[in-house]
Amino acid sequence: MSDRNRPPHAGDPTTAPVTARASALHAGAWWIWALGLATAASRTTNPLLLGLLVAVAGYVVAARRTDAPWARSYGAFLKLGLAVIVIRLVFAIVLGSPIPGTHILVTLPEVPLPAWAKGVRIGGRVTAEGLVFALYDGLKLATLLVCVGAANALANPARLLKSLPAALYEAGVAIVVAMTFAPNLVADVQRLRAARRLRGRPDRGLKALLQVGLPVLEGALERSVALAAAMDARGYGRSAEVPRAVRHTTTALTLGGLLGVCAGTYGLLADQGAGYGLAVLVAGLAAALAGLWLGGRRSVRTRYRPDRWGTRAWLVSGSGAAVAALTIWASSYAPQALHPPAVPLTSPQLPLWPAASILLGLLPAFVAPAPAGHRTPGRGSRAVAERDAPAGEAPPPRRRATATGEPGAGHPTHTPHSEETR
Amino acid sequence: MIRFEQVSVTYDDAAAPALQGVDLTVPEGELCLLVGPSGVGKSTLLGTVSGLVPHFTGGTLHGRVTVAGRDTRAHRPRELADVVGTVGQDPLAHFVTDTVEDELAYGMESLGLAPDVMRRRVEETLDLLGLATLRDRPIATLSGGQQQRVAIGSVLTTHPEVLVLDEPTSALDPGAAEEVLAVLQRLVHDLGTTVLLAEHRLERVVQYADQVILLPAPGAAPVVGDPAEIMAVSPVHPPVVALGRLAGWSPLPLSVRDARRKAGPLRERLAQLDAPDAPAAPEGTAVTGAEPASVTGLGVRHGRVVALRDVELSVRAGETVALMGRNGAGKSTLLRTLVGMHKPTSGSVRVGGVVPQSTAPAELLRHVGLVPQEPRDLLYADTVAAECEAADGDAAAAPGTCRALVSELLPDVSDTTHPRDLSEGQRLALALAVVLTARPPLILLDEPTRGLDYAAKARLVEILRALAAEGHAIVLATHDVELAAELAHRVVVIADGEIVADGPTAEVVVSSPAFAPQVAKILAPLPWLTVPQVRTALRETP
Repeated sequence: MSDRNRPPHAGDPTTAPVTARASALHAGAWWIWALGLATAASRTTNPLLLGLLVAVAGYVVAARRTDAPWARSYGAFLKLGLAVIVIRLVFAIVLGSPIPGTHILVTLPEVPLPAWAKGVRIGGRVTAEGLVFALYDGLKLATLLVCVGAANALANPARLLKSLPAALYEAGVAIVVAMTFAPNLVADVQRLRAARRLRGRPDRGLKALLQVGLPVLEGALERSVALAAAMDARGYGRSAEVPRAVRHTTTALTLGGLLGVCAGTYGLLADQGAGYGLAVLVAGLAAALAGLWLGGRRSVRTRYRPDRWGTRAWLVSGSGAAVAALTIWASSYAPQALHPPAVPLTSPQLPLWPAASILLGLLPAFVAPAPAGHRTPGRGSRAVAERDAPAGEAPPPRRRATATGEPGAGHPTHTPHSEETR
Repeated sequence: MIRFEQVSVTYDDAAAPALQGVDLTVPEGELCLLVGPSGVGKSTLLGTVSGLVPHFTGGTLHGRVTVAGRDTRAHRPRELADVVGTVGQDPLAHFVTDTVEDELAYGMESLGLAPDVMRRRVEETLDLLGLATLRDRPIATLSGGQQQRVAIGSVLTTHPEVLVLDEPTSALDPGAAEEVLAVLQRLVHDLGTTVLLAEHRLERVVQYADQVILLPAPGAAPVVGDPAEIMAVSPVHPPVVALGRLAGWSPLPLSVRDARRKAGPLRERLAQLDAPDAPAAPEGTAVTGAEPASVTGLGVRHGRVVALRDVELSVRAGETVALMGRNGAGKSTLLRTLVGMHKPTSGSVRVGGVVPQSTAPAELLRHVGLVPQEPRDLLYADTVAAECEAADGDAAAAPGTCRALVSELLPDVSDTTHPRDLSEGQRLALALAVVLTARPPLILLDEPTRGLDYAAKARLVEILRALAAEGHAIVLATHDVELAAELAHRVVVIADGEIVADGPTAEVVVSSPAFAPQVAKILAPLPWLTVPQVRTALRETP
């Protein structure tokens, strides 16, 4: 414990400090880093580069994630990525692929379709080229997912809220609460399916899942209502008195700004009007931002220990940005290496410089604060053990007839006096 | 500090008011205890103080409630947040953020306090509640007692003048409950906070109260007064009061200490009498074949956490065993392993001769039944009658079996009632009836007295005694030492996944201060454990 409370730079200033509230990395830095990797992934279909990106993200997660519950989501994202690849391949096999190929692996029986479904094919030839193309494509999507998963595991999503503009805070809380809804729902489903066993009904299978649906939804709703009551009683949504003129200005700016954004976007997308479209879009954005800023005056909220954006945050976000920028640049000077062709089949090469630039993404594994030692969550912690031991520990049964004859002796710990002097 | 003036509350769809004729004052700096049987409107009364009733729950409030001079009719809950701190029954439903430190700061952020003030108060509160070592921990990984303390801390940081708590110790083990009460005591004494709390487990709190508000029956006006005076007439009272009333002590003692001082003559008189018959466990049950439960060398792990280690336990027919131990010690895991919800990582579990985790649920039902901590989990149908029919079907029992059991346990429940509209005790009885439909020789109950008042508990004790007498083996996991003393032949104490004590109730509970029932503490070294035992002994020799 004493190690963790040490100021971050007490020792050697070059070693990363241990994660604690004071030295925690800004959540935004992790997201910028992860989005940088994701941008890089979106620019290439080279399986070796994509694999390298996944490895970089995985290494950083393994080195720097804490044992908090949200940090455990990384495995789920990995599985999701694998599922995406599998689904993409299955589609390529069953529905065929537009990629012309010569290496036929297998020919599935083709389902005859009516004339109006001319463009669609079910079954038929499965070519190696088509499969390889689908694999690269799926791998790209999976890498994107893994990058997002890494950000999720490394940065507490709720901490990002602290960096939102004040006017958006309450909407943000609603989103975060909604996000915790899903894990709670899953836990409820598991509990209730297990409970079916107690009624002598099978606890597996689709039917079991469907039958617990209603009770699960009821429970989730009740919990939401209880949370809403607790939040209300704790001052959620208190607002300051704002002069009427300011309120109206806020409304006008926000609404006008959003209208401007819509009109501007339409202008940009339409055939004519690209000229004024950009101007309207920028003006609309500015007005909407001003509205948000003014709206923030209605909120009385203050922020407790917001994350600080320090040198380490610059380094972490910078490494992600560098990976993105270098890969985008590489796609202009080495488009072939970043997009190995599926037709004709060639084994992909690992281009040296793009690979080296991706390795820059490993920087956070060394500069970000390290997770505090391997503490087992729950009752394993020393603090718990110390606190609960005297009450919960049951001495071996001894005969009642002791010298004092007072089995209850020596436990006035809960009388008011000893509490006052503590 | 809190003033109720002719307050009555009627919910929208209710025929009669939930609360009526409340006219009382809670002075500043008092610990005020709200008592009464289930369903008399305790939670409603607490809700009117924080403004959640009627602003959040709906309904109509007549009269006026003022807190620190603010009328709750004119102020919404969020506008009372700086004077009233509310902690509900379930601390998990209270948390908005996910780490301890953020949770403590949340209320202050909503009130817009300056960052340096927030920082100082968080540090103070961490120390006051002994949470400093847990400050960075995710709330989901804390034990029940720790969560309850975080919930109290999270409303304390705003420095409320009034603290409102609904059953703060019901879900906690005796040690954690004492921890929470010590904190409340400290707030009242050192900071002058006014505390209003409702609690069923009076044996834990009544000696700390300065004033007691008794709601005797639904819709009846509350009785307010000195704890000893109210306890003398209250329909709900802890064992120490029951013993005091039995012995005719006056003024009525509320704490074990006071009672011991008065108990000299009673102890002398009881010492002359024969010791009470320990509820003898039946002997020689080989006739029925396989033992209801036998566990050898059992180990269970949840991921990397070892939940149970090398557990040996056997339960005979007709025997009642109480599993005790702190929150998270592994009691529920042991019960769930007995119905096959967890797969043992080592050792073996046999229930009536079969291996629970590899037996089909429909077959297992004939060997063992578990009433889970939340009985609602067992109930799916939308009327009591439908639930009973389904239970008959599940257990392949003759139609009407379950309904007959329900009528026995709950004489006044109609067929069309929705299980959700039952009270906590009624729901437990319904779940028990559903489980009993298959007549399992082994019945498991997880924390059955949570949320039950003394009357419901007494009924439960009768039911379980009758079942044990019919030859059912019963295992119950409980924090309630009074229940264990009254019911169990044997007590098994689990700590950190291991069995640390296993023996006759009288020996095990009395040897541990945390698990000793009040009567045993008062009458020690005499072997009486419960008020009914003393009453029987005194009646036999007047």
